[in-house]
Amino acid sequence: MWKRLGIGRACACRIERSRRLFLVLGATQLLAATLLLAAARADDGASVTIDNFTFSPQTLTVAAGTTVVWKNNDDIPHLVVANDKSFRSKALDTDDSYSFTFTTPGTYNYFCGLHPHMTGTVVVK
Amino acid sequence: MSHPHDESDSNGVSRRHALECMIWAGTGLLWTVAGGVPKSMLLTEAKAATPTGFSFLQISDSHIGFDKAANPHALDTLKEAIDKINAMPAKPAFMIHTGDITHLSKDSEFDNAAQIIGSTKLQTFYVPGEHDMIDPDQGKAYLDRYGKNTKGSGWYSFDQNGVHFIGLVNVVNLKAGGLGLLGEEQLAWLADDLRNISKSTPIVVFAHIPLWTIYPQWGWGTDDGGRVLDMLKDYGSVTVLNGHIHQIVQKVEGNMTFHTARSVAFPQPEPGKAASPGPMVVPADKLRDMLGLTSVTYTVGKHDLAIIDTTLSGN
Ligand SMILES: [Cu+2]
Repeated sequence: MWKRLGIGRACACRIERSRRLFLVLGATQLLAATLLLAAARADDGASVTIDNFTFSPQTLTVAAGTTVVWKNNDDIPHLVVANDKSFRSKALDTDDSYSFTFTTPGTYNYFCGLHPHMTGTVVVK
Repeated sequence: MSHPHDESDSNGVSRRHALECMIWAGTGLLWTVAGGVPKSMLLTEAKAATPTGFSFLQISDSHIGFDKAANPHALDTLKEAIDKINAMPAKPAFMIHTGDITHLSKDSEFDNAAQIIGSTKLQTFYVPGEHDMIDPDQGKAYLDRYGKNTKGSGWYSFDQNGVHFIGLVNVVNLKAGGLGLLGEEQLAWLADDLRNISKSTPIVVFAHIPLWTIYPQWGWGTDDGGRVLDMLKDYGSVTVLNGHIHQIVQKVEGNMTFHTARSVAFPQPEPGKAASPGPMVVPADKLRDMLGLTSVTYTVGKHDLAIIDTTLSGN
């Protein structure tokens, strides 16, 4: 898990923080630590931007445990919804973000709940 | 401009559509029903010639809460449109708002819209736009206000002076890869609603997203809208009024007139003429011109369609 983290100072910082958390809170907080790691992982590029009514990249491939962040750069709200309803954002106004952590490998198709012709896929390995 | 819908019937008779046109103009339209045929005229014309018969207004896409570059003051432009309505010498019977009342379904946005629109003292019939159903409870904010005496996600019908009005909702439970959607429950309700309506009764259908396909690449259409049109094809006069695309597109096809209204908030680009259908930024001093006044008429055969022009600016 630790090794999967990207290199670079920002990430190292997060490792320090999660390690401290881990020691203080103990093994029962493994899940929380995992989430922190996943957040760090997202900084490495597990993000989807929304520009001009388009999810980019349209297909994103990530490792299990990765938190994907969607950010809306349009002047109109969008809303990220899984086809199988396994995740759903609130309405994302301009510059708003939504994150979801993918724990199980699989192919997750999603669309915009407001503009359903907007579609995307997250592949979790 | 092509006429993609031209076709021949089984007898080989050319059935060119009487009229097919696109008009890029207008902010508020006054609809007058005379002899069962709704006719539109603009508010400025309505001042000059008081319509005989029964009239109502349509406004659309007020997007209260929107404050981006395309119009930082959506509240003000709604006020301006409402001021024009309040200045009309002949009061229309009522008003319809074809959705996107608000931008983000916030209570404060609904309250502000209601306060301004309420100054007309006109009874106002609403259908929701997709922007009106995105509160955390997915539509509760809208339905708490406007859902009384409606079915499902807010559809209903009513009769006024011999005209049957049908308000439909095509902005909820949308499906991946799709367009607007009415759904089976609503279509079944509509079939039942029409059971007692005679074929000679003029019908006005209104919904937020266009019920006919304008530009699917931008989601400008309704997947099962054709089923509504099928149900209405034997009626003598059918008028379909929509919003959503923030510009006027009109098509007359046999007994059916299709019309989308301008927004009172911000313009959107013509189909396919921008990277996306997002709000179109124009110079601030041009915004109110954009809310009207550029129109194109296509004349087929002997039929003409008068061009309708007006702007919020009056230019
Ligand atoms: Cu969208």
